[in-house]
Amino acid sequence: MPRWLTSGRVFWLALFAVTWALSTWSFQLYKALDARWIIRFPKKWQLELDGAISGFLIWLVEDAGFYLFSFKDLTRAMAALIEAPYQFLRNLLIEGFSSGYGETAVQLAPSLSWIAIIICIAAIGLYARDWALAALVGCCFLYLAVFGQWHSAMITLASVLIAVPIGAVGGLFLGIAAYRHPWVDMALRPVLDLMQTVPVFAYLVPILILFGFGPVAALVATIIYAMPPMVRITIVALRNVPDEILEAGHMAGCTQRQIMWKILVPSATPTLMVGVNQVIMLSLNMVIIASMIGAGGLGFDVLASLRRLDIGGGIEAGLAIVLMAIALDRASQAFSERKYRVRKSGNLIQRYPLSSTVLFFAIATMILGRLIPAVQTYPEALTLTTGPFWAGAMEWINVNFFDTFEAIKLVILQGLLLPVKKFFTGIPWAWGIIATGLMAARIGGWKLGIMAMLMMGFIAASGLWGKAMVTIYLCGVSVLIATIVGIPLGIWAAERPKAGKVILGLMDTLQTLPSFVYLIPVIMLFRVGDFSAMIAVVLYALAPAVRYAAHGLGDVPEQMIEAGHMAGCTKRQILWRIKLPLATPQLLLGLNQTTMLALSMLVITALVGTRDLGQEVYIALTKANAGKGIVAGLSVAFIAIIADRLVNALARGQRKRLGI
Amino acid sequence: MKILSVAAAALLAATPALAQESTDPIKLTLHDWSGQLITTTLMGEVLKEAGYNVEYVQADYIAQFAGLKTGDLHVAMEIWETTGREAMDEATASGKVINQGETGMIAIEEWWYPAYMEERCPGLPNWEALKECADAFSTPETAPLGRYLGGPVTWGGFDEERVEALGLDFEVIHAGTDAALFAELESAYQRQDPIMLWIYSPHWAPAKYDGKFVKFPEYSPECYADPSVGMNPDAAYDCGKPTGPIWKVSWAGLDDKWPNAGKAIRNFDIDNDAMGAMVADVDLNGKSVDETVAAWMADNKDVWSTWIAN
Repeated sequence: MPRWLTSGRVFWLALFAVTWALSTWSFQLYKALDARWIIRFPKKWQLELDGAISGFLIWLVEDAGFYLFSFKDLTRAMAALIEAPYQFLRNLLIEGFSSGYGETAVQLAPSLSWIAIIICIAAIGLYARDWALAALVGCCFLYLAVFGQWHSAMITLASVLIAVPIGAVGGLFLGIAAYRHPWVDMALRPVLDLMQTVPVFAYLVPILILFGFGPVAALVATIIYAMPPMVRITIVALRNVPDEILEAGHMAGCTQRQIMWKILVPSATPTLMVGVNQVIMLSLNMVIIASMIGAGGLGFDVLASLRRLDIGGGIEAGLAIVLMAIALDRASQAFSERKYRVRKSGNLIQRYPLSSTVLFFAIATMILGRLIPAVQTYPEALTLTTGPFWAGAMEWINVNFFDTFEAIKLVILQGLLLPVKKFFTGIPWAWGIIATGLMAARIGGWKLGIMAMLMMGFIAASGLWGKAMVTIYLCGVSVLIATIVGIPLGIWAAERPKAGKVILGLMDTLQTLPSFVYLIPVIMLFRVGDFSAMIAVVLYALAPAVRYAAHGLGDVPEQMIEAGHMAGCTKRQILWRIKLPLATPQLLLGLNQTTMLALSMLVITALVGTRDLGQEVYIALTKANAGKGIVAGLSVAFIAIIADRLVNALARGQRKRLGI
Repeated sequence: MKILSVAAAALLAATPALAQESTDPIKLTLHDWSGQLITTTLMGEVLKEAGYNVEYVQADYIAQFAGLKTGDLHVAMEIWETTGREAMDEATASGKVINQGETGMIAIEEWWYPAYMEERCPGLPNWEALKECADAFSTPETAPLGRYLGGPVTWGGFDEERVEALGLDFEVIHAGTDAALFAELESAYQRQDPIMLWIYSPHWAPAKYDGKFVKFPEYSPECYADPSVGMNPDAAYDCGKPTGPIWKVSWAGLDDKWPNAGKAIRNFDIDNDAMGAMVADVDLNGKSVDETVAAWMADNKDVWSTWIAN
């Protein structure tokens, strides 16, 4: 037996060979044995879960109750609770306060003027760090006014300002509960996995029914999507509080409540702020989908301008979302790093110089706004638009380079996409379940193997095998390409800090720019089809691959590199022999995140026209079939969970081998 | 807005204000295409003229039926026979949603091509020309078959069956949304490249791009249901697509709460040409929906005032 033929390699080779053979000849096998069940899951064994789920939801909405009030009353009361502060913010930022309706309405007070809001946000930046930050966030908001996005941006801001506190505080409490009681932790884990991986479209219909139409339903969906990272980070942050601090608290005779609120939470605050930051970013990611069910704002502007192919309008509204994300992101990060400052003394104005400045400007502009309307609302005549430029640029690229793109596309399509698609869609479902189980068992132990088999079995039994395979193929290829492009970019960013700044900034933009904005130009250049979908997924999922690679390489201990230098390694050897192997666990985490993002893009690619689980979810939404949507959503979640566990197990193994 | 208030004053002077029924706002749903925004805003402004309080709510086209059933939403102004029929039938069958009749607009959906393709495929718009020159519409991925870009799968349309029944050498590709559909058209049109796709009207596309609908054998219900009808004796769907009205629907309780508003909604009537002109104003000439609606209302006061007349 040759030396390279270790048992591991034999296992993987054999698994691949059998899968390949079955995939290639599954059709012939079915003809030869006259067993159609080989390629199609038999109808009579199919689970009719979607009907059951739809039925359950109808029961929940129409009949379920707790003696005094129905379940729907409960959710509607919650909706009213959320709506009140939201409406207040809307009045404050946009509409102004008035009483009565329509003709009889009387305005009591105008909304905050645009000048007051910009000064307020700049003051927050100054309070959080320094003048530079104040200028940055102020300029971001000034863009909103100058490019005519103010009104929509304020609607979006109002929903973010509601969703973020609820998501952050709710996540904090859930995290604390999980930290205190292990059983809550156990119960919460799968729920969090599902909240993060089930596509939002899958549960939109039930949410609409329970919480009513309009912005509140959108807010609820946003909170569900944005809360899980806060919970996870809270648990990690609390566990990482050094034992000595905790010990000191016990010695001082603190009660449990005091330990939590006076010791644990304050010392974990910097990490907790990272969680808040994640909640902000994810809430802004939801802006587009939320606008589909009534949130309005910038998301609606993006959708509406792309429906009339106003690419420039879409880009401007999309950039407004990016800038808002940057402003909120930088400000919240500054808060997490903020140092404790000495309290100022003196009279009220001297002690609170910023608050009093803001208050002064709010009142001054309110009074001035009565006389000069431009002070109250940014004058429309002074807004800029770059729309014609983008439309012209797009046309120029389209007319001059289409053929080049077409040629590149054909090569990748025929050389990579189509063969991989044939391989995955050919795999008979029964073998697919077994192979996934074997693979998971080999990497992560038999428990993982059984879990993977059960999950794949669920997908097959729901009659979604074919679409699930298309999903895996599309995501697999996209993740592969994102990794091939992303890791070198990450290495570059780590080795050359100057280039790194630009690259990482670009990645931030790509992640917060709504994918719709680039979806339309991509379709114009590559037509409807798998290739366009793949490009959209790669663009969206690239960021974590780059970021984790840069982070992993940056984290390699100095001593190791020093040791390499001493041993006389060349630069290349240091990179390949020392840095990359040591960074592998981080690279794998990046791979994990890339896969998760790729899967979460599925629903968006359905809008291009793919035939995968994302499309199934989307069809269910357009037919208002809640059960079908949830089953398809669960299938996506299961694929994500299997991939997540596999990559994590790989990373664990690698870390053990490296002894970190 | 000035025009509006002047009109309102004139109206209030001429006809006594409608008996106020409920002062709760009537909630009309908005979707994300301009035609629907115009129709809804027009209805809403007319209802405001009649003294009602109106609120516009952003809602998904299909998901809105859940809200219409519970009375969270009250009026949806555009349910297309072609794309919304199933959802509408399901909702009206529950008894909680009622069909308030046609809007007067007719939805047309058919295969469409840009005018420059007539040189490359002489004989168009007659569908039989496609038998000879399917290859003029081919792309590297579909060659030698022609490429036909259909609407989202959820729109139905029976294009695969049509291609089969009429013996056309075309491959049907489904776009995921109509935005994708028009993105491809824009791209091909800029390059004067071949394209054949599903287009519907009223929409801004037929106004912006020069082109024609393909003339298939005329649609009849029998042609869809019965294989023996039509030019292919063995296959159904050997004809063009049906045209159909665009419907108005409302929550069943609308007429109890605001009886005269219900009447006004039933009276609403506008044709494809008027709507097409307004859609073009908004999407191609960059006017706002409010401006466009106000202009129409100023010019057509005699039309809309009959909708709300007792």
